[in-house]
Amino acid sequence: MTKLYGTGLRPLSLATALAVTVAFGFAFFYAPLDADQGFVQKIFYVHVPMAIVALGGFVFGAIMAIQHLRTGDRRYDLRSYVAIHLSIVLGVGVLVTGMIWAQASWGVWFEWREPTLVSFLIVFLLYCTYQPLRFSIEDPEKQARYASVFAITAGAFVPLNFLAVRLAETYIHPRVFASAEGALPASMQLVFLSSLVAMTLLYLTLWRYEMAAKHTSAQLKSLRRKLGGDESAPARVRSAAPAVTTP
Amino acid sequence: MFSTVATLLRKELRLELRTPQTVPAMALFSVTTFVVFHFALQARSVEGDLAAGVLCVTILFAAILGVNRLFVADHEEGGFDGFLLAPVDRTALLVAKALSLLAFLVLLELVAVPAFILLLLEPGLGVSALARLALVLFLVDIGIAVLGTLVAALAIQTRTRDLIVPIVALPLLIPVVIAAARGTAPLLAAAGAGALPGRWLALLGLYDLVFGLLAYAVFDFLLEE
Repeated sequence: MTKLYGTGLRPLSLATALAVTVAFGFAFFYAPLDADQGFVQKIFYVHVPMAIVALGGFVFGAIMAIQHLRTGDRRYDLRSYVAIHLSIVLGVGVLVTGMIWAQASWGVWFEWREPTLVSFLIVFLLYCTYQPLRFSIEDPEKQARYASVFAITAGAFVPLNFLAVRLAETYIHPRVFASAEGALPASMQLVFLSSLVAMTLLYLTLWRYEMAAKHTSAQLKSLRRKLGGDESAPARVRSAAPAVTTP
Repeated sequence: MFSTVATLLRKELRLELRTPQTVPAMALFSVTTFVVFHFALQARSVEGDLAAGVLCVTILFAAILGVNRLFVADHEEGGFDGFLLAPVDRTALLVAKALSLLAFLVLLELVAVPAFILLLLEPGLGVSALARLALVLFLVDIGIAVLGTLVAALAIQTRTRDLIVPIVALPLLIPVVIAAARGTAPLLAAAGAGALPGRWLALLGLYDLVFGLLAYAVFDFLLEE
């Protein structure tokens, strides 16, 4: 009856640890120092992959939400919730590293003329309302449905917002790949790609851990309920997290 | 579909006509906000970028008041249940609500824009600039109406409706704010109305289209009981 969750997490965790170590090693010891910005430029190997992965996580959450509305399967809501939750956590990291970088290279903590940073802040502020929205809907079925509608709306908003903010400002952000000043040197590109892979693996691992934890604790709860009868099990506490149904 | 929308829209407008609630509140709020801006900015008159910002923020916040009230009567008096029992397309409710919100916003601006010109705007406004301003504001209104209806429907079932509406709607409306502020700033310049940059109209049109289609696609899921 009981299903094991989190199988296959060990090789994935090992691969992630390896990839993160390699990426950091590359960033510190192999990547050449940037001619203009010097050592500070290395935060770029954390900041940019983190931003890409966070935005990718929001899109993943929107796709899972579409699946949820199409199939009515609540497991998709859980996937969407965990994806968006993790992306919000990464989003804090993106804003902090972005501000450190802005301070080091432009001398200000926040640069309004920098459309990517501003767009990211707006997207982040929008997704910050995901948890309060979920929390203020009590009925779990309705909560899942409304959260999915929000996730889809916000997912569609992301590209539109980037377009609008970009139109509004002339950009000063260093472009990652090909730009007017020329492409990244091959060595920097390699380091960048390896950090992107590491960050993606880290996200996937955390996502799978969180999914496994949610399922396992739900399973534990249902086992306790079976053992102790109905009285010992507390009623569902109001929560922003989706209710997990165990098979 | 058409007759359903027309019936629902007639109901909305009649409701507002018999007990005027939302529109007078929005209009009063907008005029009070101009007074607040006068003192907060310590300016006897504004022009250009600042004028565009003042107008844009005032209309946005007044609109949030209307969005907050949009579904309250249906929720509290059982309008949703009646609508869900009727054998009609659910999308009709979205269209009717968005149209009624659009009508409220136009009515709001019929008060707010003249009040703004009288109270705060430095150069006054020529007829052609006024027409272009009306065009920008109309596209802004469509965007607010579509997104506002979606957010209002999302928030009406939550326990903290009044909190959810502004925090969800404001970030989602930032592209509209950008286009509205940038688009109207040259029209309100003291040196005489400048040209209206086409790309802000295009951005507003794109926003209206994307969120119109999106609201159409997801609205059904917000109504199931």
